[in-house]
Amino acid sequence: MENTNFDVIILGGGPAGLTAGMYLARGKAKALIIDSSMIGGQTILTHEIANYPGIESTSGFMLANTMKKQAENFGCTIKSNAKVEELVLESNRKSIRIANGEIYTAKAIILATGGRSRMLGVKGEKQFKGMGISYCATCDGDFFTGKEIIVVGGGNSALEEAVSLTNYASKVTIVHQFDHFQAFQHAIDEVKANEKIDFIMESQINEFKGEAGLQAVEIEHIPTGKKETKEINGVFIFIGYEAQTEILHNTAVKLNDYKEILVDAAMQTNIEGIFAAGDSLAKRYRQITTAVSDGTIAALSALEYINKK
Amino acid sequence: MVLPTNLKHVATAQELTDLINEKENVMVCAGRMGPMCLPVYDSMKTLEESGDYDHIEFRDMLFDSPEAAIIRNLPECRSFMGLPFNVYYKNGKVVKATTSIQSMDMITLILDSEFAK
Repeated sequence: MENTNFDVIILGGGPAGLTAGMYLARGKAKALIIDSSMIGGQTILTHEIANYPGIESTSGFMLANTMKKQAENFGCTIKSNAKVEELVLESNRKSIRIANGEIYTAKAIILATGGRSRMLGVKGEKQFKGMGISYCATCDGDFFTGKEIIVVGGGNSALEEAVSLTNYASKVTIVHQFDHFQAFQHAIDEVKANEKIDFIMESQINEFKGEAGLQAVEIEHIPTGKKETKEINGVFIFIGYEAQTEILHNTAVKLNDYKEILVDAAMQTNIEGIFAAGDSLAKRYRQITTAVSDGTIAALSALEYINKK
Repeated sequence: MVLPTNLKHVATAQELTDLINEKENVMVCAGRMGPMCLPVYDSMKTLEESGDYDHIEFRDMLFDSPEAAIIRNLPECRSFMGLPFNVYYKNGKVVKATTSIQSMDMITLILDSEFAK
């Protein structure tokens, strides 16, 4: 029978969780990573990574896969596509029950549940996902070759993807809710220099309309409240990420108003033996490098904790 | 031309036609090695290995292969503009088709309702 007792269980197999798994297993702790989806987290959704130190350029999938192999080679156990149904965090021996009924226990837990792309949350968005609404330019850009499209957002992802989408689309209109972009200056300069890109500022999409596929959007100019319907078949949404912490909502783990996990400098939550790392934390910057850093600190803190027990 | 995944592949339209005529329940994911497709292949492999869905055949197909026109041109996929295209066949007929990334829960929901044992 499979051994279900571990020193540390890590919830989430993105860069934070995999790094924690590597450090724990290398530190001779018996570690288990459980992820409700594919191992790699948001990283696998990134087509090209060019700013991870030590690696000139790679795909998110390759980077995540290498991290996974490293963690496994050090002896970390990894379980993917395992949905967590129940968490017991406040006892000395923590436990996790997954959907198939298996129960795993540990002295400490690291929460590295990550984030996910934020949706606009307006009428028609779910209905037309994959039928005109997309969250991945590299995946779906070629479906819009020669067509006019909209990109929603004003951060780095939105502007970089808008530029890449000009390789397919005849025209790209960026719709952004503020009067300025939040992206780095080089990204702003690039979109402004691109003749195929147009801007609708201080505006938001209120509704997606269509029948079998997306046909139009209702856009509201926020300062005046003026609404217009624009005919369009493609909208790409890049409005940032939100923490994936639903599983913690009925626990005593302290979250902020955005449902992000609060930790101290040692990545310790308000519950003894429960640590957290990565994009599910309350923090300003969410990068693979920061997730890796969080995962390292959480693992070392967890090691110290279990060795004291 | 097939995808470099660890799933069983369908390479030609004839292979797919034979498969859906011979097997009662078939799920095919037509995609690329891209970020929206990889998690779907991974979920399919997990389900295949779980033993709970032995009555279903799981296959992938390279979306850009000319042979994949058999999926791309399905009436059920006409309005799809997001990869991958996931098609569920029962007794040779399409009973469900979805577009874009699907979570494990979304896939199992369809399998449990369309291919109930």
